[in-house]
Amino acid sequence: MNWLLDLTPDEWNAVRLSIKVATVAMIASLPPGILIALLLARGRFWGKTLLNGLVHLPLILPPVVTGYLLLLTFGRRGPAGAFLAEHFGIIFSFRWTGAALACGVMGFPLMVRAIWLSIEAVDRRIEAAAGTLGANPLWVFATITLPLILPGLIAGAILSFAKAMGEFGATITFVSNIPNETQTLPSAIYTFTQVPGGDEGALRLTLISIVISMAALIASEVLARRVGRRMDIE
Amino acid sequence: MTLSADISHRLSDFAVEARFESAGRLTALFGPSGSGKSTLINLIAGLIRPDKGRISVDGNVLVDTAARIFVPMHKRRIGMVFQDARLFPHMSVAGNLRYGRWFTPSSERYAKMDAVVDLLGIGHLLDRRPAKLSGGERQRVAIGRALLASPKLLLMDEPLASLDEARKAEILPYIERLRDETKIPIVYVSHSVAEVARLASDVVVLSQGKVAAAGPTEAIMRRLDLLPAEERGEGGAVLDTKVLRHDEVFGMTVLASQAGEIRVPKLARAAGAPVRIRIRARDVMVATEKPAGLSALNILSGTIVGMKPGEGPEVEIGIDCHGAVVIARITEQSRQALGLKLGSQVFAVIKTVSFDRANTGAGLPAEVGV
Repeated sequence: MNWLLDLTPDEWNAVRLSIKVATVAMIASLPPGILIALLLARGRFWGKTLLNGLVHLPLILPPVVTGYLLLLTFGRRGPAGAFLAEHFGIIFSFRWTGAALACGVMGFPLMVRAIWLSIEAVDRRIEAAAGTLGANPLWVFATITLPLILPGLIAGAILSFAKAMGEFGATITFVSNIPNETQTLPSAIYTFTQVPGGDEGALRLTLISIVISMAALIASEVLARRVGRRMDIE
Repeated sequence: MTLSADISHRLSDFAVEARFESAGRLTALFGPSGSGKSTLINLIAGLIRPDKGRISVDGNVLVDTAARIFVPMHKRRIGMVFQDARLFPHMSVAGNLRYGRWFTPSSERYAKMDAVVDLLGIGHLLDRRPAKLSGGERQRVAIGRALLASPKLLLMDEPLASLDEARKAEILPYIERLRDETKIPIVYVSHSVAEVARLASDVVVLSQGKVAAAGPTEAIMRRLDLLPAEERGEGGAVLDTKVLRHDEVFGMTVLASQAGEIRVPKLARAAGAPVRIRIRARDVMVATEKPAGLSALNILSGTIVGMKPGEGPEVEIGIDCHGAVVIARITEQSRQALGLKLGSQVFAVIKTVSFDRANTGAGLPAEVGV
């Protein structure tokens, strides 16, 4: 057991960084995820099919392509990247923030799908009942819709987190593989497999990766069950 | 309260074109399914925007397409009780009841939690989740939730339609209390003659999206031709009476009405309490001489004031009994055999056992007390 926990500082950093990147990616994609899911579930507008396609693109494209597109758009010289760096001082390229962006984008379709499905399951007549009681649309969303889609929200968040923990292709293409900055768990494992005698390190990180993923999964199960019991929908 | 509506609204396969005004305590929108009554109530609540028209309550315009006014539903302060309670599944009963209070300005909050909980007898349910309630309990909570938003008008869209007879009998007295003990005007959608006759002060009859008739309940219920075919057997005279005394020996209650004394199976009401009864036209026999040797206990004397051919072999006869009109439905053959014509002096005969829970205000269950 000792050899498992006896990590080098670089390996520890990779674990910490992975959790940080996945958490930030998950939390940052929740608000736009809810918004887009609402638009797709309820909106009736021109270009809905296009939006749907765009959201699902990272699921279909090879991750390397997504990473390269991110590099073109959010890189130092990319239109969005240059704008954000100049006006807000936010830099993505070769930073851990870039890794979070790549992970967030890759997990986005999974998150949106989960939330979308739960929004479609909400009985709109219950929302109308809240409206007749005096709640304006914003209050209806906050007090009725949001609590009712909570299980879907949790599922979507966990999917996004899990996807971020495992994301490799887009991340390495966009922000490379810099120890202590952009080297997440998968990148670190990949690096170990590329050097002679790296097997032990790769195995260690693989096991840690499994433990974290299982923990996230179990946590989501427990959370979803607790919410489900509280709601007790007929 | 005066509710006035003049609306035209097209749905995919039919159109509602209704114009009516009502100032009743409880106005029933009555008609068979597909007559447009639910559309009309949704238009009043603001759940649908009409193609054209105007709705106002006490002069406050809720919608006026000509003036481009549309008050959104959350600003209308109109309570709504739906057929399928629509309680919030993620809140307790207490949470559901309190929901509307948040959105009511404190100066306009007239409904008191304790009073409403008492009125509806839901005190023991407050901590429960909606999923753990019976259909009748759910509907009572839904009524309470609407009341506690302190509405200016309460709409009820077939609140009993999805309940069985026992549950209906459980809730009806509470709606009567609501009508008699609160000041909120109620608009009640129903396709049931029994409910309308028992609850309504005024009736708007809808047929295929149009208003077929409107007026006080007694006047409308007499017109059997207005009732949908499957409900015609339920139609008849509606009389407002008072409990005169109880006959403990035979388990009957004697009611005083304009038409005379009427004996019905015992009611759980105190002497002097108002009771509205419905005498189904099919339950009334007509005699030209005061019958003797007959088991029926109620024999009312009167004059024939109306005669109208009914369906098939039937004829409907209106008998004015000292100011109250009782409707009888008999065959054309009997009419001719008895030589009945306008102005004939006759006796209307009604069996006591033809009165049941559905056509007498049976009163609150004993444990609730009156």
